[in-house]
Amino acid sequence: MPISRRLLLTGGAALALTGCGSDTGRGDKGPGRPRLSHWYHQYGEAGTRQAVGRYAAAYDKADVRIEWRPGNYDQQTAAALLTDSGPDVFEVDGPTLDQIRGGQVTDLTALLDGVKDDFHHAVLAPKTWDGRVWGVPQAIDTQLLYYRRSLLEKAGVRPPRTLDELVDAAGRLTSGPVKGLFLGNDGGAGVLGGTPLYAAGLSLVTADGKPGFDDPAAARTLGKLHRLHAGKSLLLGAPADWSDPAALVQGLTAMQWSGLWALPQVKKALGDDFGVLPFPADGPAGKPAVPVGAYAAAVSARSARRKEAEAYVKWLWVDRTDHQEDFALSYGFHIPARTSLAAKAAKLKGGAAAEVVRFTTDHGYAQPLLWTVAARTAYQDALSRIIKDGADPERELKAVVRRTADELRRAGKKP
Amino acid sequence: MAAHGAQRRRRQALWFWAFTGPFVLGLALFTYVPLAWSVWLSFFDAHNTVSPTDFTGLDNYREVLGDPAFRSALGTFVLFTAFIVPATYVLSLGLALAVGRLRVAQAFFRSVFFLPTACSYVVAALVWKLSIFNGVRFGLANTVLGWFGAEQVAWLSTTDPPWYWLVLVTVRLWLQAGFYMVLFLAGLQRIPAQLYEAAAVDGARPGWQTFRHITFPALRATSVAVVLLLIVNAFQAFDEFYNLLSDARGYPPYARPPLVYLYYTALGQGQNLGLGSAGAVVLALVIAVVSVVQVRWFGLGRREA
Repeated sequence: MPISRRLLLTGGAALALTGCGSDTGRGDKGPGRPRLSHWYHQYGEAGTRQAVGRYAAAYDKADVRIEWRPGNYDQQTAAALLTDSGPDVFEVDGPTLDQIRGGQVTDLTALLDGVKDDFHHAVLAPKTWDGRVWGVPQAIDTQLLYYRRSLLEKAGVRPPRTLDELVDAAGRLTSGPVKGLFLGNDGGAGVLGGTPLYAAGLSLVTADGKPGFDDPAAARTLGKLHRLHAGKSLLLGAPADWSDPAALVQGLTAMQWSGLWALPQVKKALGDDFGVLPFPADGPAGKPAVPVGAYAAAVSARSARRKEAEAYVKWLWVDRTDHQEDFALSYGFHIPARTSLAAKAAKLKGGAAAEVVRFTTDHGYAQPLLWTVAARTAYQDALSRIIKDGADPERELKAVVRRTADELRRAGKKP
Repeated sequence: MAAHGAQRRRRQALWFWAFTGPFVLGLALFTYVPLAWSVWLSFFDAHNTVSPTDFTGLDNYREVLGDPAFRSALGTFVLFTAFIVPATYVLSLGLALAVGRLRVAQAFFRSVFFLPTACSYVVAALVWKLSIFNGVRFGLANTVLGWFGAEQVAWLSTTDPPWYWLVLVTVRLWLQAGFYMVLFLAGLQRIPAQLYEAAAVDGARPGWQTFRHITFPALRATSVAVVLLLIVNAFQAFDEFYNLLSDARGYPPYARPPLVYLYYTALGQGQNLGLGSAGAVVLALVIAVVSVVQVRWFGLGRREA
């Protein structure tokens, strides 16, 4: 049959219409149910996407569509929240103070009625503003220091318990192409963030809303990080960055700062030839520091189905504890945000995993909500200059303290 | 007769708008409206909103101009431009002279040098980052250094010496030299052969003397256009900087051009659209002033004497 233009157009229109009507991804679940879109960033661990799809499919009060969004997720959600075409529910490494103050997310306090105390305090605190909760923590992620036991034993070095010992160990473990320590390809400025300050007994923002590092101890501690760089004991330019344990398992470095998620991979590659530590303490007021954070589920204030979206979040991240445990431990390796779940999870009961849970409980700190993006950028820039260029820590920190104080003043103002 | 003429003029106007209307509409919708909106936003406290209500006057301008990171970004741009413009100019002119002189396989070499232009900046930056200037052990540059027993270099992480500039500059040279070579080749072909013949009769030696007194002055119009394009392109530097130097945690404080600064300020979790807009307005003004000064200085578009 010859194909005429009319036939082609009719066929195209029919195809387009079919396309419009069949984009459910999981079949038709019947009319009358509200449709919700739920956005996730792209997880590296295999099976996570299918898992969240299964959870959504099991919810029978709404037709939940999962959007798995690779790329710059934070940029995507931030832009989408300005429009009406954004998600109803989305996970967020926040929400940020500006998102809360800008009225972009809804108040989820009521969802945690009766179970609020069961959520890990360190990760719930940054989701709380003005006594209200703006995101439900999903799973806790933390970072820690991995080291190769055999390499330390060979060099006669004990696992470092203080920052001075860490600097010394990194120097002694550096030999030829093998470096002592890997803190990321930028020398540690990005991933360490405020961790060295907490290790010095300080903080990013004090409880009464002041810069928490306006103290000589801060400059002294950060100055020590430059010694790592100047002594050429830091691995730089590794093929994979700090979040991937490749540098450690491939023998490029003896110690590496990485995430809890790397634990199964390290264990598989090194067996028992590794140990884990928190970031070591520095100075008389110092204490070990372990950064913790959590992606949270938030509801967009522009959603046309806010109530339904909130009910779904409550079902998924508060009521269905079986899903939460599965999400945290069956694919990647995270600590469930609910302390009762973390306490009974078999996978967290022994070995390095149990130690990490203890570090997190004893030394965990989360970036405060008042630590805004502008303050963080200024601090990370200063830290990079201190580590790599040997810039004067005192002068650099003075500028950051000023910037942070400005930001805190802005944040303190009523919108 | 007059009615017929009016009808023709009307029809012409109709066709004019039929052809140009969509583009004018697109230009207005996607360029002028956002531009005006951005100028408007720059006078407001616009954190996480594009419809702010808190008028702050010139505060955003004061803040962006007082931010050492923005000033350093402008400094990065000046440094980058000061190097990349003359380097690309010399390289592309050199290539054009060499290729233009070829008697055989000229088309082949023209294509070889021009082809990188078709490659995207993102792809080229990733090739440079992951294959050539990879840090330890695996990159091509370090493998070559290894043959000579030299120490491995973390090209993108080393600030002393600032090896990252070598990576940034070479990727851009590779990408754009071929394009400007083609412009120069076109310029060279427009120079009448009689000029060279007359010069030879007058005793001019071929080579440097001929180039300096004939070829180079005759390429003046092409040169002015090339330099202008190079400067505007350098101002718009973003792709290779971002893809070579950023990571999940942000961007190092060095080699951060203005567009990367604005990207982090106004997009992502920064979402300070007022401050970002003020920065964009400042940047647009700088580009406009530089372009106008350059055009007046070199006389772009002025009728050749």
